[in-house]
Amino acid sequence: MSRSPADGAELGARLRAHDLSAAPAALNLIESNAPAAREQTRALLASVSPAALGSEAPAHIVGVTGPPGVGKSSLLSRLVAQWRARDRSVAVLAVDPTSRRSGGALLGDRARIEVDPGDRAVFVRSTAAGDRLGGLAPATRAAASALAAAFDVVVIETVGVGQSETEVADVADTVAVVIQPGSGDVLQFLKAGIMEVPDVLVVTKADLGRVAMRAVADLHAALRSLGANDTAVLSVSSIAPTAGIEALIDALDEHRARLDLAERRLRARRMHALDDFVAEYGERGLRTVGGRRQATKWLAQQDPDLGVPALLRGLEARAAQ
Amino acid sequence: MSDLPRLPERDRPWMMRTYAGHSDARRSNELYRRNLAKGQTGLSIAFDLPTQTGYDPDDELARGEVGKVGVSIATPGDMRTLLEGIPLDQMNTSMTINATAAWLLALYIVTAEEHGVAPEKLQGTTQNDILKEYLSRGTYAFPPGPSMRLIADTIAYTVEHVPKWNPINICSYHLQEAGATPIQEIAYALSNAIAVLDAVRERVPQELMGSVFGRISFFVNAGVRFIEEHAKLRAMSELWDELGRDRYGVEDHKQRRFRYGVQVNSLGLTEAQPENNVYRIALEALAVTLGRSARARALQLPAWNEALGLPRPWDQQWSLRLQQILAYETDLLEYPDIFEGSKVMDGLVAELTQGAREEMARVAELGGAVDGVEYMKASLVESQRDRWRRIESGELTVVGMNRYTETEPSPLTAGADGGILVVDPAVEAERRAATERWRAERDTAAVEGALDELGRAARDDSQNIMPATIAAARAGATTGEWARTLRDAFGEYRAPTGVGEAAAVTSEQIAELREEVERVSEALGRRLKFLVGKPGLDGHSNGAEQIAVRARDAGMDVVYEGIRLTPSQIANSAAQEGAHVVGLSILSGSHRELIPAVLDALRAAGAGELPVVVGGIIPEADADWLRDEGIAAVYTPKDWDLNRMMRDIIALVGERHGLDLAATA
Repeated sequence: MSRSPADGAELGARLRAHDLSAAPAALNLIESNAPAAREQTRALLASVSPAALGSEAPAHIVGVTGPPGVGKSSLLSRLVAQWRARDRSVAVLAVDPTSRRSGGALLGDRARIEVDPGDRAVFVRSTAAGDRLGGLAPATRAAASALAAAFDVVVIETVGVGQSETEVADVADTVAVVIQPGSGDVLQFLKAGIMEVPDVLVVTKADLGRVAMRAVADLHAALRSLGANDTAVLSVSSIAPTAGIEALIDALDEHRARLDLAERRLRARRMHALDDFVAEYGERGLRTVGGRRQATKWLAQQDPDLGVPALLRGLEARAAQ
Repeated sequence: MSDLPRLPERDRPWMMRTYAGHSDARRSNELYRRNLAKGQTGLSIAFDLPTQTGYDPDDELARGEVGKVGVSIATPGDMRTLLEGIPLDQMNTSMTINATAAWLLALYIVTAEEHGVAPEKLQGTTQNDILKEYLSRGTYAFPPGPSMRLIADTIAYTVEHVPKWNPINICSYHLQEAGATPIQEIAYALSNAIAVLDAVRERVPQELMGSVFGRISFFVNAGVRFIEEHAKLRAMSELWDELGRDRYGVEDHKQRRFRYGVQVNSLGLTEAQPENNVYRIALEALAVTLGRSARARALQLPAWNEALGLPRPWDQQWSLRLQQILAYETDLLEYPDIFEGSKVMDGLVAELTQGAREEMARVAELGGAVDGVEYMKASLVESQRDRWRRIESGELTVVGMNRYTETEPSPLTAGADGGILVVDPAVEAERRAATERWRAERDTAAVEGALDELGRAARDDSQNIMPATIAAARAGATTGEWARTLRDAFGEYRAPTGVGEAAAVTSEQIAELREEVERVSEALGRRLKFLVGKPGLDGHSNGAEQIAVRARDAGMDVVYEGIRLTPSQIANSAAQEGAHVVGLSILSGSHRELIPAVLDALRAAGAGELPVVVGGIIPEADADWLRDEGIAAVYTPKDWDLNRMMRDIIALVGERHGLDLAATA
């Protein structure tokens, strides 16, 4: 095995050419903290930036989040199967909520996502969350933008409610929050504004019949009172007989079609660059670029096609002035 | 109770069985006939894993498992051969079968019909306890809801049509194997019984509930702490009686009797100095026979060499003889209950009943045993971990394993076969061909019609599944077809692994391991990632779970996705997840087929360079062979020190990546 890290630009080129088999190596690189690997990661991200691609990465980046135990894995198994039936390649980035108290983490434990192992157009990778429930793993955003160059659909799955959908919204094109019937807290969170209104709300366990229908009705009422008429609310059953999966995919597609993709991706990239800068140089580093507001303003003036590495370099250059 | 110290008449012994079966129906039938000739008084059929989980021998998932841990029964013809020459009107047959219990019972009923024996005459037991499969043994096939319905259906059907049959054997046995304390064993088994009875109550008229209650039997474990174990059985009798009276309104006290069969503990049997296991088995047998008022109805004993591999007929005969000596040579059966009035026994029983009641209340608060599976599973993983900790620290003595380990070479394992049964590798191909032949020769239209009907019955919750199942057996359907039809109707299911909930623990050794992991991870650039996989159909996941939790505690990122994965699923995950090392666990004897298949699949997935370690019940000769195939290390039950295993794994990754760990230390 070679000691030097993989060649980021080469991996980027393979992803650009839709070589899905480059995904594991790309993720190994992106997750690596070794200084040489981080250089290569920047090269990889630069080679999948809109500037390099000539457009936004074509994938639909979908965030799927919700409280533990609502059946997200079963739902994802069905969704992946359905996307595959529509001949779309799918990458799933599962962010595991396991605490890192011992440093280690147990991944893939929450009932795994069922995929056909012979199907090379499906990729599943799990990583441990940071230290907060619902938080993204540090490498998830970079991973999502890299895979978005190669796959048709990139799913980011996180666990939590009230915070997780906000973080996922910073990176995904479409955010679906999954809840089960009778989760009154989600309703309260929505009404109280603790939780941002998602693009799609999915109520699982449609097999419960009236209970599930009631939950859908309650959500509709809550959304109306918030004036959020764009949010689709769907009821699905992931266990046999499955129901509502196709409609859910249609709803995700519709959201994506309505979306100003360039605007949303641009915001995500700028946020990503700023967060990476803060992670690297801390609050003190932020002050050297004039504080968060100034930094955000500066980012807003940059070329929309710039990738995260270029934006980050720009911030670093300002800090050095 | 009489004041005389002796019974007027010596008691009749319990039913003596041997859990047996391997390869195909013909070979197992011969074995059964020999066992009966040796004085065995009942049959206990061991099925192979494909039969237990509903796959035909030619299914991809059956690969390597056909005829291994039991007999392969795929067709009505197989059942006919299995029972040839056995008097079904007199025989009492116990079948260790759960997810596919309704199907195997149907095959038994149909075969008996051919023998001219009416269903009313049939005696025996189908294990049929699915909740403990989620908790411990892993041979489930369907989700909890439909599984509970299948159980309720078989109970409702047999109470009416096969009245002498025990349609379910609620198992505390496997809970102990998974690490349960006596209190957990009692509480979870009884909570499970409540879930079953509540489900049946929905499907039979109240006036039948007495007969239903009376037909529920238990399958219990007995460990080597045999005094406490005996108290456990008395506590269970007490609680069961109470449950029948108070919860289900059963008036007849005979119907409230706690009836149980036993297989004594395998968990405590050691690979080191395996001859010592004979004593353990004898003492454990005392736990379930000593006191008359809580004596087992049926007993089967493991063999001395179960931690080495599958027992041979001679090994099983040795265990049967133990039962016969206990029953016929000793004076055990001449006395009334010898613990009556014992303060110690009464005190122990009171403690256990109290503890069990509290734990049962906890499960009830979670909504009962079905909804409480996750809680119970996590508690068992926790208990098992505590048990390992005590063995590792020496707090718990296991003679020959963590104490008194000096030994002379054992002549028992010196033979050419290494002291175990090796199933002829040709069996799998034979079985595949036989099943294909069966399919070719039957009336296809009749089978298709019967399976359609079965599917309809499955989708209609108001129907009982048994009549359509029996019709499918008569038409000549196969085990895999029956299960496939139900999988289509009910969906598939993966049980919780219980490992995610295990609290993080630490100790001096674990802290040292963490430093090692940090050092290696830093050198690797990202955290050391370890994929733990269980290929094949084997559901004995305790080992894999304990390894996963320990590796997590040692600071690794651990990917563990549960049981029953194909070699390509495991290889695919290893490649996609970016694992640095793969650990495989197999206890079913299928390692010679499955491990090379995983290695091939890893190469195909572009991860051929990953180091792979293997753990399980693996004979020494096979371990050498596996190392030649490219396995980096093989661990067997004698490698009980998990920290040492972790150190090896960390070093292995370091070495493969050319890291000079000594220098950075």
